[in-house]
Amino acid sequence: MSSNSPTGPSAGPGADGRSATHFVASLDETPLVETDTVQVSERPSNLWIDAWRDLRVRPMFWISAALIVLVIIVALMPWLFTQTPPNNDCHLSNSNAGPAAGHPLGFTKQGCDIYSRIINGTSTSVSVGFIVIVLTTLLGVVFGAFAGFYGGWVDSILSRLGDIFFSIPYILAAVVIMSVLSQYRSVWSISLAIGVFAWPQTARVLRSEILRVKNADYVMASSALGLSRFKILLKHVLPNSIAPVIVITTISLAAAIVAEASLSFLGVGLGSDIMSWGNDINNAQNDLRTNPQTLILPSIALSLTVFAFISLGEVARDALDPKARALR
Amino acid sequence: MTGYILRRVLQAIPVFLGTTFLIYFMVFAMPGDPILALFPGRSPDPAVVAQLRAQYHLDQPFIVQYFIYLGGILQGNFGLTFSGEAINDVLARTFPVTARLAGLALTFLAISGILVGLVSGLRKGKLFDATSLAVSLLLISLPIFVIAFVAQFVFGIQLGWARTTVGSGAPTADLILPAVVLASASFAQIMRLTRASVIETAGLDFVRTAYSKGLSRGRVIPVHILRNSLIPVVTYLGTDFGTLLVGATITEGIFNVPGVGNTLFQAIKRGEGPTVVSFVTVMVLLYLVVNLLVDLLYGLLDPRIRYVK
Repeated sequence: MSSNSPTGPSAGPGADGRSATHFVASLDETPLVETDTVQVSERPSNLWIDAWRDLRVRPMFWISAALIVLVIIVALMPWLFTQTPPNNDCHLSNSNAGPAAGHPLGFTKQGCDIYSRIINGTSTSVSVGFIVIVLTTLLGVVFGAFAGFYGGWVDSILSRLGDIFFSIPYILAAVVIMSVLSQYRSVWSISLAIGVFAWPQTARVLRSEILRVKNADYVMASSALGLSRFKILLKHVLPNSIAPVIVITTISLAAAIVAEASLSFLGVGLGSDIMSWGNDINNAQNDLRTNPQTLILPSIALSLTVFAFISLGEVARDALDPKARALR
Repeated sequence: MTGYILRRVLQAIPVFLGTTFLIYFMVFAMPGDPILALFPGRSPDPAVVAQLRAQYHLDQPFIVQYFIYLGGILQGNFGLTFSGEAINDVLARTFPVTARLAGLALTFLAISGILVGLVSGLRKGKLFDATSLAVSLLLISLPIFVIAFVAQFVFGIQLGWARTTVGSGAPTADLILPAVVLASASFAQIMRLTRASVIETAGLDFVRTAYSKGLSRGRVIPVHILRNSLIPVVTYLGTDFGTLLVGATITEGIFNVPGVGNTLFQAIKRGEGPTVVSFVTVMVLLYLVVNLLVDLLYGLLDPRIRYVK
């Protein structure tokens, strides 16, 4: 059972178990000796160290982490990867043309360089993803923490409020908001439209985790020592219940990127002046029969980015949640 | 059970009021003229504007406007589309098509997701399990419109097995490919949930008891393991109904299926704000009803749920 637990060293006392260094009953008197033994030389262990030990041997973690680092570098410094302007160097004579020197992926219908558009569209997707998770985490942590920790009528009000937001699928809500905000289409407004309806999930996850943690002995101990309720929440309960929030946040980031692309694909996302993979997919959809590459290439970029964040979230869940680990 | 049903229905009322209020608030409390904002990039006919103002009672205070709108919804009146057709008539025409598409998709989903999840769970750690987990991760990473275009390209254009757009009357044969696309968006979650649930159930005492009293695998797996594993899967279908609604909108749009989703898709594309709002309202109400039904079903399947609190 404890076979993959790093804290179960077989190097306990010898078979006779009568070593004077241990103040516990000998092995033949009780089989509990191994768990009672404290290995002073053993490195300290907690959830995060255990999780890291689990993560660093998993290839999936390194693949997704490498992909994410690459995506972030492309988003921050697109000029390292291409010098071709995505919008201002388009010649209709190149319309839907195949790869050429300096243009490795060919051209769009408008004769723009596909490679450059993919590279320059990265920052849009990544920005929307990060703005949305900042928003959902802020709202979700405040709502979830207060609802779970204080309980009672605070919980009733906050949870019902969350239910209401949760009952409108967030892409549909964002469609309505973006239809109304048609004059204000930007990375900020679209992130707001997605984030305002996507937070209840974070709140629910945190709330149920806090319900589990808040009756732990160390919480009661801090209470007995006279720490205020709010300080207990901040110093003891939140740090011990934040792990599932990190997992759901990583996955929400991917979902936000999909949401932005979906909205842009539907034509209520970003304006045509902003580089977005969703916009490019939308513009190429009528050419699927004749020039599939104009649609498939941005789709691949989008899917790889989403894949990177989702698989990071999933390996993190496996590492942080012992129950998920058992399913592996 | 009656008390449970009553409690659930009563709990749904504030959520219903809240969601309708939120939708109304989103549209009519936003900056700028709400009517003009519904016509991006063009100036509408003054007659249309006047008619919309009257239709939405914009001369009244906000809260009065909301109650008038709510009264309309309760009477089953969702307003008119852009071309003046009653939303109810459009729904009556398009809903049967969407229901057929959703029915097909749910059938594919139930068969493939539950079957693959069951086999994976029973053969945890084996090649089949590893492969299906990898495929599910891949499917989760693909946005539904990417799946739809790839399916359209491969099966419709390259192989010629299916039509890329659905013909008039939406014959069921044409709906198979869109239904597979729709199902694939939820396949991964259903398959994983079934797998996890099967692994958990298969380790329980009553399964060991069933085996030790001499029952065959052919009886224990469907009757003892699968039936008890399906409860969380059924409840997940309620939550997942939102994904299905958004998925249907995009899939119907791409395959040109003449259903409810496609009507919303076209209205979004043309920037027909009032129609979009009406259809989103209808979908959200449908989502609420489905979740209420799933909750009631949950209470029926698992008696423990009825007695909580």
